[in-house]
Amino acid sequence: MDELLRMEGITKVYPNGIVANKNVDFSVRAGEIHGLVGENGAGKSTLMKILFGLNQAEEGRITLEGKEIRVDSPYAAIGHGIGMVHQHFMLVPSLTAAENLVMGLEPRKGIYLDIAAAIRTTEELGKKYNLIVDPKATVRDLPVGIKQRLEILKALFRGARILILDEPTAVLTPQETEELFSQLKLLREQGNTIVFISHKLNEIKELCDRVTIMRSGSVQGTFDVSSVDEKDISRLMVGRDVILEVEKDEAEPAETVLKVRGLVVFDRFKKRAVDGVSFSVRRGEILGIAGVEGNGQGELVEAITGLGAIAAGEVSVNGKDVDGMSIREIREAGVCHVPEDRMTYGCAPNLGVEANLMSCNHDSPEFTGPVFLKGKEIRANSQRLIAEYAVKCSSPLQEVGMLSGGNIQKVVVAREFSSGPSLIVADQPTRGIDVGATEFIRARLVELRDAGAAVLLVSADLNEVMELSDSLIVMYGGKIRAYAPDAKAVGEEELGLYMLGLKNQSSEEIARVVHD
Amino acid sequence: MNQVLSLIFAPEFGYSVLRVTTPILFATLGALIADKAGVTNIALEGIMLIAALSGVVFSAITGSAGVGLLAAVAAGGLVGLFLAYCALKLRTDIILSGIAINLMASGGTVFALFLIAGDKGISSSLASKVLPKLTIPGISSIPVLGTILSGHNVLTYLALAMVAVTFVFLYKTPIGLRIRAVGENPNAAASVGIGVTKIQYMALALSGMMAGLGGAYMSMGYVSWFSKNMTAGRGFIALAAEAMGGATPLGSLLTSLLFGFFDALSNTLQLMKIPSEFVNMLPYAATVVGLVVYTVQKTRRERVAREAAGPTGNAAASGNGATR
Repeated sequence: MDELLRMEGITKVYPNGIVANKNVDFSVRAGEIHGLVGENGAGKSTLMKILFGLNQAEEGRITLEGKEIRVDSPYAAIGHGIGMVHQHFMLVPSLTAAENLVMGLEPRKGIYLDIAAAIRTTEELGKKYNLIVDPKATVRDLPVGIKQRLEILKALFRGARILILDEPTAVLTPQETEELFSQLKLLREQGNTIVFISHKLNEIKELCDRVTIMRSGSVQGTFDVSSVDEKDISRLMVGRDVILEVEKDEAEPAETVLKVRGLVVFDRFKKRAVDGVSFSVRRGEILGIAGVEGNGQGELVEAITGLGAIAAGEVSVNGKDVDGMSIREIREAGVCHVPEDRMTYGCAPNLGVEANLMSCNHDSPEFTGPVFLKGKEIRANSQRLIAEYAVKCSSPLQEVGMLSGGNIQKVVVAREFSSGPSLIVADQPTRGIDVGATEFIRARLVELRDAGAAVLLVSADLNEVMELSDSLIVMYGGKIRAYAPDAKAVGEEELGLYMLGLKNQSSEEIARVVHD
Repeated sequence: MNQVLSLIFAPEFGYSVLRVTTPILFATLGALIADKAGVTNIALEGIMLIAALSGVVFSAITGSAGVGLLAAVAAGGLVGLFLAYCALKLRTDIILSGIAINLMASGGTVFALFLIAGDKGISSSLASKVLPKLTIPGISSIPVLGTILSGHNVLTYLALAMVAVTFVFLYKTPIGLRIRAVGENPNAAASVGIGVTKIQYMALALSGMMAGLGGAYMSMGYVSWFSKNMTAGRGFIALAAEAMGGATPLGSLLTSLLFGFFDALSNTLQLMKIPSEFVNMLPYAATVVGLVVYTVQKTRRERVAREAAGPTGNAAASGNGATR
């Protein structure tokens, strides 16, 4: 087959200094379905955004059929026949399917919109590509799978020959996924080219002709899918680049602090994001949760911390059931939470360091008198924590949002850790922050463990979860797939197989994580 | 009470309802067009004032009511564009900019009136023109209906026609489709190459022109002069009417008529011992009651739908931080 599109030497550095793509070469043949796999943060979405004109690369060039093209906007990309179906649909809910389809390129009859023509177009295109959508249905009422179908039709209607699908199956039920695959195969037969972003290897095997594997912003290789097996892909996809050592003694686990039994949590698409999960976290141990993002870890953390709802099962902390408790009550029960999204849930960016450091105790007698806040005590508290956690700020009044990522995280961690918690829920505690702050936060977690706290660590960073945890569990598809009583004893290759759902432990082995 | 009812059911009362509804209806349609494009035109009040003065001044200078009308509409459109420039280009807050325009118009029109007419209260020294009234042949001879519907100012008929025009514009033309797309999901609109800012500029200009028609009616139809702050909050009533009408052209007409009804009622009841301030309060009280009833019903409907959806729905319903 002929090469249709080539991206050469693509390098993308985001303003915050993160190198998302390092000298990436990527090429697609005409009429193939090309898988693009990698963990979250591997750079696959960035690469595709560059191709679709949403991001601009610092270096590199793109050629289409041998000719160099400039893609500086999605509009230009569409002009070159490149279409993208985003994870977040670009649809207008109150308009009909037909109106959404023709939006921007409306058929006209005089000064009027020719709605009959729009409906006809929707029906004809739908028949041609076997992507049937009711043209008169209001988009708001359509199921997710049909919305996605409409997005694909929109791209085709605009003349796309190369379709980029960004993790299209993440929002679909298994049946909808099946249907999507048969439709994509039909599109391929009709001569279209598809780039399919995923981290689900079974999907890649089923659907794709070739696959390109990315890790940490670089391409690890491109293969014919028939010539590699899932284990090869997994090995290239999951791995550690730099091994950071964390110094710590053996854990001495004592009684159970967090008890999770048969927990079920639904996500916003009403899918079972956490599907019958049971485990315990004991005093004096760090239990790590490894897994590719989006396998239920986020929902699990939300259920434990009270940010999300428990649909079924039990979550208790020190013997107290947290279901029905307010977030405040859960915190008072001894739970602290280092949230994944620190700017939304972790801090108030426009407030000063001082205010953020006392924001969970604003009404405690320690900081609040009968009428006024106790300025002196608040100042003393902030100065103590700033010194203890080595927060670099110009003054305790400096806005938190003005600090670097690492220092913002230190402020969050200082507040959370200083509350004397018996359970620490740390969700991606060192994501996107500098090495100094990372080491500092990891060392603090170990100190708190030694002081008798139970720590639940969720991290997509394999290095972190393997080095920092005493024992670990692996989540895939909302379930626990493996338990390693000694995090050091498990190999990363084996871990990769669990994380990608290629291998499961027996239920007896997994049940060992329940300590009663 | 009987006296009140007999006043309300008199055909003359129906006539006066349409008469006082006219400026509210224009402004409500103006609010609607801007809202559909996702921008709030809170400056309607000020725009109407500026347009009302422009109409008086230009009709007095040229001796032509038609030129006065065009000047009023042009002034409205220009102020709408000015608001768009501030909010979309200079990135000021659109609500604050709108309030600033209202305050500026309130003082500025009086200042301009003083410079031109030498009077700070009323423009009676200017020989301004009024727009003609139309007698509709056929209807005018029907007993009750004729009294209500015939003999209105030409702009009253235009206002009613504008309801249909706005409907067709928003729902049956490509530009209308784009306006609605921009207002609801600007990212989706931008992703298919629709210029979001361009559409919003246009919507605010059209919104201003619509309010300009309302202003022209105030000074060249409702009365034949300009007086200080003569719009008396009609621009704000329009915002309420638009929201209460569910942001649709027909809903806007009905709520404008409702507000017009109470406005006319307060004029009528002034003849009796009932304080007009009390009657003036009624439309707003009705709005609050109406919105409460509407919201209660909507919440109940949603709860029923959620319960029908089973345990998933319950999970979402009891989630205390479920908006992620």
